[in-house]
Amino acid sequence: MAVTAGLSVDIRRKRFEGDGRTPPHTAIENLRFDVPVGQFCCLLGPSGCGKTTLLNIAAGLDHDVDGSVGIPADDAGPRPAVSYMFQTPRLLPWMSVRDNVDIVLDPDARAEGRGVRLLERMELGSYLEAYPTRLSGGQRRRVALARAFAIRPALLLLDEPFVSLDQPVGNRLREILLDLWQAQPTTVLFVTHDLNEAIFLGDRILFLSQPPSCVVQDVAVDLARPRTPDSPAIHAFRTGLLDRHGGLLAGLAGATTDPGHSTP
Amino acid sequence: MAVGTVDVAATAWGRLRRTFGGPAWLRVFSFVLLLAVWSLATTADPSGQVLPAPWVVLDTMWYHLNEEGLLFHLGVTLWRVAAAFFGAMVIGVALGILMGARRRADIILDGWHILFLNMPALVLIILCYVWFGLTEVAAIVAVALNKIPNVVVTVREGTRAVDRELLDVARVFRVDRRTTFLRFFLPQLYPYVMAAARGGIALIWKIVLVVELLGRSNGVGFKLHEFFQLFDIAAVLAYTLAFVVVMMVIEYGVMAPLERRCTRWR
Repeated sequence: MAVTAGLSVDIRRKRFEGDGRTPPHTAIENLRFDVPVGQFCCLLGPSGCGKTTLLNIAAGLDHDVDGSVGIPADDAGPRPAVSYMFQTPRLLPWMSVRDNVDIVLDPDARAEGRGVRLLERMELGSYLEAYPTRLSGGQRRRVALARAFAIRPALLLLDEPFVSLDQPVGNRLREILLDLWQAQPTTVLFVTHDLNEAIFLGDRILFLSQPPSCVVQDVAVDLARPRTPDSPAIHAFRTGLLDRHGGLLAGLAGATTDPGHSTP
Repeated sequence: MAVGTVDVAATAWGRLRRTFGGPAWLRVFSFVLLLAVWSLATTADPSGQVLPAPWVVLDTMWYHLNEEGLLFHLGVTLWRVAAAFFGAMVIGVALGILMGARRRADIILDGWHILFLNMPALVLIILCYVWFGLTEVAAIVAVALNKIPNVVVTVREGTRAVDRELLDVARVFRVDRRTTFLRFFLPQLYPYVMAAARGGIALIWKIVLVVELLGRSNGVGFKLHEFFQLFDIAAVLAYTLAFVVVMMVIEYGVMAPLERRCTRWR
């Protein structure tokens, strides 16, 4: 994949005008960073700090912003493809698992059976004709993950996709995500409020401030892959990080002791 | 022993209740009860002219079926019901989506909508006949105009309740507009469209009869008018019965299976 540019975010200001019930507020201010092509970048910040807002802008769902987001382009097509995995799987309940993935593909990719191959790879081969209501929470997220990778995106956005899953299911999904990402390299922006998850997944972690948010710390995660969830290496990295930047990351202390991922 | 006998009776009654207490039997019982009440009521009318007995009505229906072209008039009415129904559904669903999705359209059309919603059916029928003549088109337009506002109410409600998050999925993945509409948007409206369709058929066939009575020379409504002038109550009831049977066949043979098909994923 010959690549020309990475993701570049340059948002001077993103403001929500109040509508009587909610007061106007500035969600993002002077948020600037670049992500090189193929990097797995995690965004960590307190809840309500505009992470989802940023992803919506990058996905092209929200154009009302002072600033710009440059999408990594590849020479595969004229328009770079962006995938978005939302907080909830957002599958269409009236379509089978297979159709849920096929519907976002162009006719060629569909005929070639790309969606089905991905689903089989994720151990969903026997659920192709099932409706999403029949699936467990973890299985639904696997379908959403297959859908996100099926279009071969140049940029993959993930918005806390594994919250509210129990630990083993969540870890399995994180492994599947890394497995797919290594098989099909792409630039990733992964939003989370869980520091352990960010260390396990990312090449790099960007810490965001309270709103109006901007980058307060940019940390490279130089741990060798494959990593093991909740391993000593990850805990050591986490401790070192908090020691060095304890003051800066104070706002995150509450979020990192999420009961589902707390340190034993 | 007395106690033993009571027990046996109680179990027998229990078995009877289990066998004949099911929903299907209750429906049969309800139908038999209707016939019994009807038959009993006929005794108050020794002439048999005002309220003919059920078997007389059935006999009359048989006669009209074989000798008087009941099927023809039934068919004509059914055709008008179908034409008005599909016209009203297509226009009503389109307007409902437009008004539910676009605020401007909603504001512009809302006044008209309320006007038509509250216009008596009879007024619309008279105006259509006066303006377009006593024609088939005028009859069908009059019926459809009566139904469209109700369809709009339901479909507009459905459009407002559509899950925007699923539409965002289509936007992010660059699904084309046609597919977005047909596969992401429309399925969310099916329950509302089905509700509008069911209520619609019942309303439409009642209005079709009035339209026929006022300005057509065939159809069930026309015949009922004729029987009214001849004071032939048995024939009035025979035609009513025939049409109710047809509508029940449509409900259980078409609408219910269609609804099951649309909601099988639940």
